[in-house]
Amino acid sequence: MNFFKRHENAVVLAVVLLAQLLALAVQVKRQTPAGPVTLLRLVAVNTLAPFERSAIYLGGGARHVWNNYVDLLHVRQENLRLKAEFEQVRLARTRELEDARQAHRLQALLGFKEKWIDQTVAAQVIGTSGTESSRLLYLDKGGRDGIRVDQPVITPDGVVGKVLAVFGDHISQVLLISDATSGVGATLVSSRLQGIIKGSPNGELTLNYIMGDETVHPGEIIVTSGGDRIFPKGLPLGTVAKVAMGRNLFLDVRVKPAVPLNRLEEVLVITSQVAREPEAAGQPHVRASDVLSQHLPGVPQAAAPSPSGAAPNANQGAQKP
Amino acid sequence: MKGIRISYTSREQVEVYRFSWPVSIGLPLAMVGLQAFAPVRLAFLRPFDFGLLLTIFFAISRRSPVSGLLTGAFIGLLQDCLTSTPFGVFGIAKTLVGYGARSIGVAIDVENPSTRFLMTFVFYVLHLGVVLATEHWLVGQQIHFNLGHETGMAVVNALMAVFLFSLLNRLKIRV
Repeated sequence: MNFFKRHENAVVLAVVLLAQLLALAVQVKRQTPAGPVTLLRLVAVNTLAPFERSAIYLGGGARHVWNNYVDLLHVRQENLRLKAEFEQVRLARTRELEDARQAHRLQALLGFKEKWIDQTVAAQVIGTSGTESSRLLYLDKGGRDGIRVDQPVITPDGVVGKVLAVFGDHISQVLLISDATSGVGATLVSSRLQGIIKGSPNGELTLNYIMGDETVHPGEIIVTSGGDRIFPKGLPLGTVAKVAMGRNLFLDVRVKPAVPLNRLEEVLVITSQVAREPEAAGQPHVRASDVLSQHLPGVPQAAAPSPSGAAPNANQGAQKP
Repeated sequence: MKGIRISYTSREQVEVYRFSWPVSIGLPLAMVGLQAFAPVRLAFLRPFDFGLLLTIFFAISRRSPVSGLLTGAFIGLLQDCLTSTPFGVFGIAKTLVGYGARSIGVAIDVENPSTRFLMTFVFYVLHLGVVLATEHWLVGQQIHFNLGHETGMAVVNALMAVFLFSLLNRLKIRV
């Protein structure tokens, strides 16, 4: 008894440390409709989040008034510039659409099945983990909005991460691709080499499992491979920033993320994906020879004799480009 | 009468403070919330570990080892709740900081800004060391340490401590 009285402070310190060490070993989890969540986390997040969400919305309102009613300088010039840019994009899109149609037709011929984004939910980022050892985001959408664990989170620029936990109707937690525990199946667009993009404790992305005898160039674009069965195929992940020979026969490929992961304010959660065979939308079945004839220089065709016996136009077949 | 100058830090002169319940509970919640949620809009707040600064402040003000370590444990566990790492990583580190800060608090002049700066710098490094050791040895995580970056973070947090502690002094109630 005397011992405890004499060393009261040290005993309390030891007890508190021991309790936390035990907590590290045994982590209590609670089952929620959206998946298992640690009870303590559930309570803490739901206590803190409403205040922060209100603050964010109040700030958003003020910003809305400023941006939409006050800060409209240079809007006309910007509008003209955007119109010109839009025309350029429309031209490029027409060309790409034709290429995509052709790719889809060929894929359909080969019977490929792909995951397509069917439905997304826009969510606002309301918080982070507050530490560098966990790269997480908190979103203002949760179970009521259809958010579930393991759903992909993206922006129009590329992949952000995946839903790690859903804490209730209106809050969920996202694990960023830069977190040390994160991994995404990836493909290099030009060489079609496949690997896994992993995060690291300092938030840097690396492309792993590319053999040392392969050639990877800085600036190459990396997209999702779809092999992890979470992210749909073809979403931008980033670009190769640096390549060096790594350990264990693999290349050490550093990646610059496509999305500014530490400056995110809004994201899209993919709540529904459908697996379907790509179809040549609205296109009648065409023969390969017809497709080729559209793309090759025209050759004058010998005109078929008309039933009426009128003289055929010799230049008719040469009108195709 | 010319008396002998007694050092402010002598045992007889050590001043002990307490805090109201709303401050004791609400301030840690507010600080951890600020640390986690504010950087989304205010990126310049990202480097600050407000939970650590508050742990040090409470420990040196109350000067009770038990209250210091319990405050550290409470704030640390609260931070653990917002991460994806197991509970206890920040809890253990801040418990030790709370205990250590109180021990230092009764031995030196903690009202002096330069002392506060140095003390926070040292405790930031200690906290980081415990967090990294726990993550590596107990959790089995890969860790990353950049001396330049962490030194910069320690300096920035120490500067913030000097400013923040002078603000928080207004909340102290003399026992």
